[in-house]
Amino acid sequence: MELLRLENIYFSIDSAEILRGIDLSISPSEVHALLGTNGTGKSTLAYLIMGCRNYKPTAGRIIFEGRDITDLPIHERARLGITLAWQEPARFEGITVKEYIRIAGKDSEPSEYLRMVGLHPELYLERMVDRSLSGGERKRIELASVLAMRPKLAILDEPDSGIDMLSTDDIIDVLRAFKTQGSSVLLITHREEIALCADRASQLCRGRIFITGTPEVVTEAYKSRACLVCDGITCEENLP
Amino acid sequence: MKDRFLEAVKITGAERAIFENPEIAHLMAVSNRILSARTVDGLEFRADETEDGISAVVVLKRGVKLPHPVHICFGVLQRRGLQNIKMDVTLEPDSKASFIAHCVFPEAEKVRHIMDARITVMDGADMHYREVHFHGFKGGAYVNPRALVQIMPAGSYITEFTLTHGRVGELEIDYDVESDREAMVEMIVRVFGHGMDRIKVKERVCLKGAGARSLIKTRIALEDNAHAEVTGITEGHAPGARGHVDCMEIVKDRAEASAVPIVNVTHPEAKVTHEAAIGSVDRQQMETLMARGLTPEEAVEVIVEGILR
Repeated sequence: MELLRLENIYFSIDSAEILRGIDLSISPSEVHALLGTNGTGKSTLAYLIMGCRNYKPTAGRIIFEGRDITDLPIHERARLGITLAWQEPARFEGITVKEYIRIAGKDSEPSEYLRMVGLHPELYLERMVDRSLSGGERKRIELASVLAMRPKLAILDEPDSGIDMLSTDDIIDVLRAFKTQGSSVLLITHREEIALCADRASQLCRGRIFITGTPEVVTEAYKSRACLVCDGITCEENLP
Repeated sequence: MKDRFLEAVKITGAERAIFENPEIAHLMAVSNRILSARTVDGLEFRADETEDGISAVVVLKRGVKLPHPVHICFGVLQRRGLQNIKMDVTLEPDSKASFIAHCVFPEAEKVRHIMDARITVMDGADMHYREVHFHGFKGGAYVNPRALVQIMPAGSYITEFTLTHGRVGELEIDYDVESDREAMVEMIVRVFGHGMDRIKVKERVCLKGAGARSLIKTRIALEDNAHAEVTGITEGHAPGARGHVDCMEIVKDRAEASAVPIVNVTHPEAKVTHEAAIGSVDRQQMETLMARGLTPEEAVEVIVEGILR
């Protein structure tokens, strides 16, 4: 059975149509890469799946383990096993890394998850999840927190972006950790080499998914992209 | 009465064993009665009962570094009462001590507690003053801590005021600090207001010596009909003086908050910055915690607890 199925999802902000009929499915334990250039709607799709405020589809349904979750609030989706690692994770004053990870995984051993994301526990457990962390450190801690939750579906919004971006090897290690614990991953990225780590991939262009397949096929299509100037059709025409 | 008071100050983290330990200095006073006092080597401590409170003079001798914090407990146990405290604290050159003040008014319906402190941190001395309050649940306390602080060259002064359990009642903090060359000042206030609580915080730091540094940090959470007004003033009058004012207030329900950062720089090589954020709980913080399974209420609690730590 599919873990997640998006059925004909549309989403608009004011009169701007951001997503235009998205169909996508993710199987249990699958790592699915979602490729797309800036502004194609990748993060919007992540917020819609998570159920963030003001991100409700204008049409279509989100089905998780056979259940329609389109109207569920974030925390209820989280309790079903969905979570999201934001592209720019929030900072929290007065909350230590250890406490932050334990919010996600109440019985978890935070040290174990910090090691999985390449951080030495003794240097980080008692630090605050605040502005004292660099962008890269914060992203790793976010991934540790998501791992500690042991979700059925982890949405990772561009873990490879930003000034202190994670390397391809880092991402591969994190994906391996998710797979080992049986989590599916929707990996949002605009880097082909990252998408190649996935089991399957899709490319998003101007609010439409126009190709889904093996990472090799999709990244080939992505390399010849014309997304910045096309309307979602040109990319399709440029398929190799 | 002492037992009752010891029980009452527990909520501020003061355990009975502290006051039984001969290596730890303390002063314990309820209303205008001194219940217990102890000093240690290098610390001169004189406390007197006055008509409506306590008058105390504390001197830490030159070069003395106290290994344990000095505990000061003030309070009023009755529903109505007045406590006027006058404190004169001097840390002589190169000395170091931390003080923890436990102030409790557990039954306050109409209690006034006024603290007038004069603090001198002499050259190279280091003082950490932590004040933890509990004003009960009836909202009937009026608390007015006032301090005039002078930090001499290379001195260091950190003060933390915390009132995060129970009601506040009415709180008016008024701290005024002057710091000399290479001195360091940090003032942190954390308050959680509920009901009809009224909170007024005014903190001023005057960086008058070269290389003096300061941070004024205020964290206030408000709910119901509580009200807060925060004024953080930093003046930079010398080369290399650096100051920062950082105010964050979270409001819920019908609560109201205002923040006025005042920055006054009269030397071209001084630099003072400020930031103030007032509003409801940050949306991305909320959603991040909810994406880990917390309800909106649980998420707010975690965020507010964090900023008030």
